[in-house]
Amino acid sequence: MRISLGLIDYAVIVVYFVFVIGVGWALKRSMRASTDFLTSGRSLPAWITGLAFISANLGAQEVIGMGASGAKYGIMTSHFYWIGAIPAMVFLGLFMLPFYYGSRARSVPEYLKLRFDEKTRGFNAVSFAVMTIFSSGISMHALASLLKLLLGWQYDACIVISAGIVLVYILLGGLSSAIYNEVLQFCLIVAGFAPLTFLALKDVGGWSALQAKLIPVATGHGYAPGTWSQSWSHLGSAHDNPMGVEWFGLVMGLGFVLSFGYWCTDFLVVQRALAANSLSAARRTPLIAAVPKMLFPILLILPGMIAVALPGVTGHPFLPLAADGSPDYNMSIPALLARYFPAGLLGIGLTALIASFMSGMAGNVTAFNTVWTYDLYQSYFAPGKSDRHYLWMGHVATVGGVLLAIAAAYLAAAFNNIMDLLQLVFGFVNAPLFATFLLGMFWKRATGHGAFSGLLGGTVCAAVFQGLSLPVGATPGIKGGWITPEFVFRSEMGQNFYVAIAAWSACFVLTVLVSLATARNKTDAELQGLVYSLTPRLPPESGEPWYKRPVLVGVIVLAVTLVLNLLFR
Amino acid sequence: MQFDLRIAIGALFTVYGALLVLYGALGDKVQYARSLGLNVNLIWGVVLLVFGLCMLLVRGRKRKN
Repeated sequence: MRISLGLIDYAVIVVYFVFVIGVGWALKRSMRASTDFLTSGRSLPAWITGLAFISANLGAQEVIGMGASGAKYGIMTSHFYWIGAIPAMVFLGLFMLPFYYGSRARSVPEYLKLRFDEKTRGFNAVSFAVMTIFSSGISMHALASLLKLLLGWQYDACIVISAGIVLVYILLGGLSSAIYNEVLQFCLIVAGFAPLTFLALKDVGGWSALQAKLIPVATGHGYAPGTWSQSWSHLGSAHDNPMGVEWFGLVMGLGFVLSFGYWCTDFLVVQRALAANSLSAARRTPLIAAVPKMLFPILLILPGMIAVALPGVTGHPFLPLAADGSPDYNMSIPALLARYFPAGLLGIGLTALIASFMSGMAGNVTAFNTVWTYDLYQSYFAPGKSDRHYLWMGHVATVGGVLLAIAAAYLAAAFNNIMDLLQLVFGFVNAPLFATFLLGMFWKRATGHGAFSGLLGGTVCAAVFQGLSLPVGATPGIKGGWITPEFVFRSEMGQNFYVAIAAWSACFVLTVLVSLATARNKTDAELQGLVYSLTPRLPPESGEPWYKRPVLVGVIVLAVTLVLNLLFR
Repeated sequence: MQFDLRIAIGALFTVYGALLVLYGALGDKVQYARSLGLNVNLIWGVVLLVFGLCMLLVRGRKRKN
């Protein structure tokens, strides 16, 4: 599949590049201290950090992947948003940000240092720094391969130009530049994908016609007729739906362990909230982000569902075939862009795709340079230097981070299975994290040794459980079962959810047991502002307009999400 | 003076809106067969243009006060 661009499309893309660099340029003069560059000096209003919060997570892989899952699993994919994001985002805003923001920690690992000890921080900082580099490398590789396939652009040129632009605007304006550009990118993603959903949905004849067209898709795969258009009705057993999971694994694995582990502890997103100009703005950041988040299935998942329904309308196959002869679901959104967008709008659509990539990459780079500068360099290599020195190091880390990400992109291009292995290991490290934070914030008795052994034990437990389980039909190896395939799952996703549940539980139990067996390493006074029971209650919210009251906004967000789930059950 | 993001968003979408409107009005019309016969460049261009101008206007009014 090839798309050819007109002059107007190139003009649209070039205008975008000029603007992102222009934003960096406009911010250049306000970058005086290391905190300006790395933490935005805690100066941004909530609507900006809120939109950046959602945008930093919305990388190109998310866009392509959600379209692909929409085609593969239907509307059930929305659980990644409605169950797998919104509740955790509300929890972060209402319960966790008072401790992150109130403790004056500059990063999530630094919070762990204040709450627990040096080794817990070190473990989290190192694994996080490595992870951000690889994830930006992998997404750069994904974008360059896609542009090469679609437009025939050169792979190397795509890598150098996309990484180069991100590097320039972060170097110029630091985290503020990344955040402002993420808001711009958010607007572009909506502007680029909204007409796509509109045209595609109009073409299949609207929502009820789409539901009808999805019936043969579901029965063709051997499932009940409504499987592609109902999100809850087919979760009774893992055999009833294409995801191969049942409600308990979905709610506990995705909705609790993985979702809270990511949204509440990943510095990439939490950093956006920490850049807000007040505690109230910080708490509203994930709540504001939750509003577009719950509607994104319309922009990202619905097109995928339409892509599999189209053959039923036109009578021709729609998706191109992958190397193994099955439909290439990853091409759902690109193929729809090619089908419906004329020159002009096509430029906007492609810019949206490039913008989504840049927002994800910039999110990783700004999180990396902060963790490297404050949590690794300042703590272990060169403590006690002047702020000028750390500002300089922030710049160096930005350049270094981008170069390492480029190296990771080429590594991903050359050794696909190394990347699979790395992502597997990151999964093991991340799965237990939320247990540590939950105990740290709400149980003052949790100790440094307890937290560290819980994290380590949880990670090992994830690896062991993966070694004992296997998705049905897979050969033992990287997919699991390398000890012995004791538990067989319907799908890899189901296996992942249960690996996460096992890791979280192990971390929780180990942290409690080791904490009880060891002496407390922080006094009550030291833990003030870090632990719930030792922190003064926040003043009541009355007197503010309703949209500035985090608890009220949080309740509204949850209620609307519940309604969405009921409507599309 | 503090940098105001609304200016950047407003300017970008004004430029995009204007580009699409012009191209939709003057450019090749045959290609709209693929977009179900709708001149989506013209329609969406107007939407983006209005959004961009609103952002600039909000900013302009704030400055006056």
